[in-house]
Amino acid sequence: MSEVKKIATRDSYGKELIELAKVNDKVVVLDADLAAATRTGWFKKEFPDRHIDCGIAECNMMGIAAGLATTGKIPFVSTFAMFATGRAFEQVRNSIGYPHLNVKIGGTHAGITVGEDGASHQCNEDLALMRTIPGMVVMCPADDIEARACVRAAAEHVGPVYIRFGRAACPVVNDRPDYKFELGKGTLLREGTDVSIIATGIGVGSALEAAEKLAADGISAEVVNICTIKPIDRELVVATAKKTGKVVTVEEHSVIGGLGSAVCDVLSEECPTVVKKIGMQDKFGESGSAAALVKKYGLDGDGVYASVKEFLK
Amino acid sequence: MTNKELQKIANEVRKGIVTAVHAAGAGHPGGSLSAADIFTYLYFEEMNIDPKDPAKPDRDRFVLSKGHTAPGLYSVMAQRGYFPVEELTTLRKLGSRLQGHPSMQYLQGIDMSSGSLGQGISVACGMALSAKLDNKDYRTYTLLGDGEIEEGQVWEAAMFAGFRKLDNLVVIVDNNGLQIDGPVTEVCSPYPIDKKFEAFNFHVINVDAHDFDALRAAFKEARETKGQPTAIIAHSLKGKGVSFMEGQVSWHGVAPNDEQYAQAMEDLNKIGEALA
Repeated sequence: MSEVKKIATRDSYGKELIELAKVNDKVVVLDADLAAATRTGWFKKEFPDRHIDCGIAECNMMGIAAGLATTGKIPFVSTFAMFATGRAFEQVRNSIGYPHLNVKIGGTHAGITVGEDGASHQCNEDLALMRTIPGMVVMCPADDIEARACVRAAAEHVGPVYIRFGRAACPVVNDRPDYKFELGKGTLLREGTDVSIIATGIGVGSALEAAEKLAADGISAEVVNICTIKPIDRELVVATAKKTGKVVTVEEHSVIGGLGSAVCDVLSEECPTVVKKIGMQDKFGESGSAAALVKKYGLDGDGVYASVKEFLK
Repeated sequence: MTNKELQKIANEVRKGIVTAVHAAGAGHPGGSLSAADIFTYLYFEEMNIDPKDPAKPDRDRFVLSKGHTAPGLYSVMAQRGYFPVEELTTLRKLGSRLQGHPSMQYLQGIDMSSGSLGQGISVACGMALSAKLDNKDYRTYTLLGDGEIEEGQVWEAAMFAGFRKLDNLVVIVDNNGLQIDGPVTEVCSPYPIDKKFEAFNFHVINVDAHDFDALRAAFKEARETKGQPTAIIAHSLKGKGVSFMEGQVSWHGVAPNDEQYAQAMEDLNKIGEALA
């Protein structure tokens, strides 16, 4: 994995919105004074009349998106994950989720890879919060290719969707001819027999790296990418757990309520399995470079490798 | 419609409110009654709507931002023919289309689900913005409570509407002066309401909420106002029409018992007879 291409998924978001708007005239983009950071500024350049800057008022922005959706528009609401899902949670729940409106929420700068801005902006709770809203689709793409596919799938899906994007460049892991994205379906990226590593977002790249290292130790790790956290691919989660009998989850998110919890929800009902959850261990992040933070909190390839080894002891 | 015709309908709307809340054993009669004339004017005179075709794309939109006064909305919709008046007694009951707060998922003709205060005005802004984006001429109306405007989101929305010059948007504040914890002047005063909206670049009209001539003039003025959204500050009496509820904080969110219900209907029947 020496010369792996790296692209931040927020870039993928900004670029794919432009492609989408070219073929779908219902698509409009809302932003809350973060167009440069969320990359919706690129969209604004191409489609100035279809980009609505709502100013620093995320709660109002969610309501405006809801209103636009009632008239047939497909609004993509863009801001940092922290504000989209945290500050405006109740607006998302009551003005978008409850009436099941066709609003797409792009939460960028999710997780600790926001980096230097520190814990106030590092949202490790977005997946948990969005999962609790009935009818909300929750997606966490692993790379550029998947992020773009998520944007397209969100536009096709009728109903509210949350998509999580990152600030930092991350390795492209889905660059293969047979890649096909299907909402609600996970992907088996590497077959194995000793342990299953189920990952999402940037955790997928780390899981693949860890699997490589584990192989050198004679441990056969299966790697599953779960992009759609909700509705989760129950079949695939159960199948891999049955196969290996040991499950590790990896996410750049709190271990409370995110992918790890979603996997446990499935397994506790259908295939009780011991699960080791790698993620933010009920802690706030801190300032630092994305790479330094990922390393410190054990979410890089080495960290996942070490945790899996410990788990298998 | 003549003022007398509107007054008669408004009186029927008030009977529906009291009947529904009594049957439910819970609900919000005070703010429903204070807004009954506004509901009536909007649904019978002002808005371009068709109860037979509640989803027609070019209809005017209404968002009840003060969603707890759903009994008022339901009652006027029933009078207007969206559903049978008899259904009002299913309010808040299991299986009813008449949820405790309006839900567009349950009842056709509701343009937006609401109930959590401060959110409806934002949604109304989105509807009005959509009309602007598509060069459509439908108008959007939203009704807020005077307590509700203590919510910060209301002013986020007001800033947006003023900045975007949404002259196809009318914000009506039902200024009955009372909220759950007491008079608005004692809880966290929103006054001066008119000057606040003016500061947010609204065209502002103060009006007597129970005077149909005044309402007629205000909505006409709003229609003629270009380049600015309009805020109609409707000075109203909470509990209007029911003697023992008028001006009483305690009737914000309480249902009348059987005896009180009989008294309320007697009050409203007398008003109806005087109009006959």
